Amino acid sequence: MKADDPDIKWVEEPQLGLSGKMYAPMFVQGLATTFKHLKSSLQGKGVTVSYPDEEPSIENPLIYRGVHRLNKDSQGRVKCVACFLCATACPAHCIDIIGIESPWEDREKYPESFTIDELRCIYCGMCEEACPVDAIELTSLYNLTGRSREEMIFDKEKLLSVYDATKDTEPMQSPELGGTV
Amino acid sequence: MATVLVDGQEVEIVDGERLNGIQAAARVGADVPHYCWHAGLSVVASCRMCLVETGRRDAETGDITMLPKLVPGCQTPATDGTVFVTKSEKVVAARAMVEEDLLIRHPIDCPICDKAGECSLQDYHFEHGREERRADLKPFTSRRRELGDTVTLFVDRCVMCTRCVRFSREISGDAELMVVNRGAHEEIDVFPDFPLDNKMSGNVVDLCPVGALGDRDFLYKQRVWFMKSHDNVCAGCSTGCSIKVEENQDKVYRLKPRENPHVNQWWMCDEGRYGWKHVHDAARVTLPRRAGSDGYENVEWSALPDELDAQLCASKRVAVVLSPHLTVEEAYQLAKYVRGIDEQALLVLGPVPVEGEDESFPSGFTIRAEKCPNRRGVEEVIVGLAKQLVTWDDFRGRLNDESFDAVWVTGGYKTDWNDESDADKLSSVPLLIVQDTFASPLWDVATYQLPAATFAERDGSYVNYADRLQSFEWAVRPPAGVTTEGQLYWRLLKSQGLYNSRAVFDEVTRELVYFTAAAGVECEFGIDLKVNQLAAT
Repeated sequence: MKADDPDIKWVEEPQLGLSGKMYAPMFVQGLATTFKHLKSSLQGKGVTVSYPDEEPSIENPLIYRGVHRLNKDSQGRVKCVACFLCATACPAHCIDIIGIESPWEDREKYPESFTIDELRCIYCGMCEEACPVDAIELTSLYNLTGRSREEMIFDKEKLLSVYDATKDTEPMQSPELGGTV
Repeated sequence: MATVLVDGQEVEIVDGERLNGIQAAARVGADVPHYCWHAGLSVVASCRMCLVETGRRDAETGDITMLPKLVPGCQTPATDGTVFVTKSEKVVAARAMVEEDLLIRHPIDCPICDKAGECSLQDYHFEHGREERRADLKPFTSRRRELGDTVTLFVDRCVMCTRCVRFSREISGDAELMVVNRGAHEEIDVFPDFPLDNKMSGNVVDLCPVGALGDRDFLYKQRVWFMKSHDNVCAGCSTGCSIKVEENQDKVYRLKPRENPHVNQWWMCDEGRYGWKHVHDAARVTLPRRAGSDGYENVEWSALPDELDAQLCASKRVAVVLSPHLTVEEAYQLAKYVRGIDEQALLVLGPVPVEGEDESFPSGFTIRAEKCPNRRGVEEVIVGLAKQLVTWDDFRGRLNDESFDAVWVTGGYKTDWNDESDADKLSSVPLLIVQDTFASPLWDVATYQLPAATFAERDGSYVNYADRLQSFEWAVRPPAGVTTEGQLYWRLLKSQGLYNSRAVFDEVTRELVYFTAAAGVECEFGIDLKVNQLAAT
């Protein structure tokens, strides 16, 4: 973009008024904001939470980006069709899938193995966005811990169990657009 | 000389050249989308995707008269004065209509379709289709039917271009495929009890512009956008088809033919297409070993060249067996190296595997009986340096009454190529170096066992049966522990840096008369070395 581009809007610095030139009134005005916040936090209205004694409240769990889960279809089978679009979209390269022909009549392809390295993941939610069948979703589980790096590589069974654990509190976001199921 | 007008630009067509509208447009960079037309097959003009406006320019007055209706570009010959318009409003609207029609019954299963990413329907829809879909999104999945051992058909994905049917009739010649039913119920099928099982069947998968025909060997193994494609040359037989090796993270997933009008046109045989499995065979030998007093012990690659050099220099009479699987550069380097140690070193052409007889197809495509890629090249290296060709059988005969202090045998064959009798004959040699991809009787009696590379890991050039030289670069790295032949010989010759096949080849063209035609020339279709032979005689 060049300096004479018509899309550029040039803004002039505002001229200071009398109070601004006198300095002190502006100084007091700034301090007033500081004291306003001090007062509200002393009254217990702050956003800081003393975790882990206190659990933070998640406003909308449906849009929170925590641990992944693999959704199941109405027959309890993994919903994923092993299209690799999540692995393609993943900027951290943390998803590894092995797709094979499915054993079911109505499905052509399914993941034989599906692993996510939760330590490598940056929780950006691109996988969720890319999924054409809404099989992968991020839940509101945020306190993820483990004793080893290996433990943090989640396989298909573990990801499906996350679904079982969270399906009641966080229903599938768009079951009516189930894609191939 | 004919002059054709495409989108206002003049295209000169030399006499004798027969182009259609699509090809003429390609000359000025105008891409006319098409499904059913393929340069190697007959024209049916059934898909209607290549509809263009056409007309004639009067040679005298220069006035242009256009036809009122659109015509298929594939069926319209480009003659003197023909006018093509490929980007007009009418053409654009026609393409959008064809795309919409094809997609009415096409399943929306791109995420699980193996063709996604290299599919004409996807690409053309993106480029020429409507932004919005007016038909219902049905069906979601495609019915599937096996056509043979190599190819599977996803019935609903088919756009009825009939390329595969024409291929089986015109190129492979067995005519297994046909169109059943009529109108909107048309489907591709095979005749009952006659599956698609000719030796070129894999080509129909490449021909299919959509995901209807699937390669059963490749099905669901990898998404195409993850793979990188490398130009290579098939090592299956002495035809030396131009191919592409498609790999991801050093694992080969499939081979595809690369267009080469002088060798394989657009095709390759199934033997070559699926003949890469040995590259990732678990039985491949991967560690260099030296025979010790109690069995074999591992040797470090870093110390190996010096050790071999010292041992070979101490030997007086040296013979080297150059496998027809070596590239020209590798054969030349090894031959030059041993000739540097023993000026009279015997250069032997390794066994040339021959299976059955040459097999030709109606299109002229031939699968050669000679199952090695570079007999001609290695032969010419030997003749060029030693002035006489010693074959493997000659060498076996000479072993009866001649003795050698050191013999270096190179292999790289896919199948068993030596037996106990060869091993017996060579076991008495004090220094026997065997360089091979798989263990064999000869391997078991070697003083030094050196692992070798396969075609996808080599750098260099092959010369096919018709003296056409094709150069290529490696597609995958060899398995851990393996150093390619080229790199080892490079180090034995004490050359600086990493193996550079081009530098070696430049030396070959200077030193050996047979290869001079290729000096300084690089051509994706290869170089005909016979040109030089004619000049020499």
